[in-house]
Amino acid sequence: MTVMTLTEEELVSAVAEPSRRRVLDLLIRNGEASAWSLADHVPFSRQAVSKHLVVLEGAGLVRRRKQRREVLYQVQPERLHQATRAMADLAAQWDRRLDAIKRLAEAAHAEAKPRATKEST
Amino acid sequence: MAELVIEREILIEAPVEVVWRTITEPDQMALWFADRVELTVEPGARGFMYFGDQGGPVVVVSVEAPTRFSFRWNHPLEEDPVVGNSMFVEFTLSAEGDERTRLRVTERDHELRDWPDTEKQRYAEDHRGGWSTHLARLATLLEGQS
Repeated sequence: MTVMTLTEEELVSAVAEPSRRRVLDLLIRNGEASAWSLADHVPFSRQAVSKHLVVLEGAGLVRRRKQRREVLYQVQPERLHQATRAMADLAAQWDRRLDAIKRLAEAAHAEAKPRATKEST
Repeated sequence: MAELVIEREILIEAPVEVVWRTITEPDQMALWFADRVELTVEPGARGFMYFGDQGGPVVVVSVEAPTRFSFRWNHPLEEDPVVGNSMFVEFTLSAEGDERTRLRVTERDHELRDWPDTEKQRYAEDHRGGWSTHLARLATLLEGQS
């Protein structure tokens, strides 16, 4: 049975947090932005924005570059798609587990039924 | 924007007691979840799940036969699963007649792993569910720009 790789887990954790997705959303809309300008558009502090950016950068979801005295962040599209796929995989993995439970339970039930009928007659 | 909650369900043509045994007996769990499961099914019990030569600890949260079974697991980190480092999985079973069971599973707390964030609660103005839609929308937005 397969489980997620560490990188995928990191990606999923990074995008699973609502505030971080909000930061990603803003970055996508604005193209490139600094922590300062992002903080104007969210109900949390610049420090919180910076923390989210650190996590997003760690997961490879954003890249930073220095322009004069500012640090600008930009979304890495390929990583974002990878995150979307990893999250869809999680759901698919539970579907496979539920299918296996269904097969096992139905087989156990089918096996028990004739025996119960025989015992009762 | 919502937290990440994976929610799936399936209809099984078997009585609720049979489905209950399938999801809670370690030998059965090894057939649909991990390769090998060492677990006592009682609240607070700690066990271990093996995936090939890897593995991870699991802690049983609640056992209400035959309707509710939940646990925390955090494969592959070898730490005690608590809120903040692990995923919470909950099964709910409901009988639909004598020979049919609706089985629901939710897995949550992915966003709490590895990155403790005390400010998170304060800004969690959004409801659960819908994360996949949101992420898909992000990806679409991104495509529209390139």
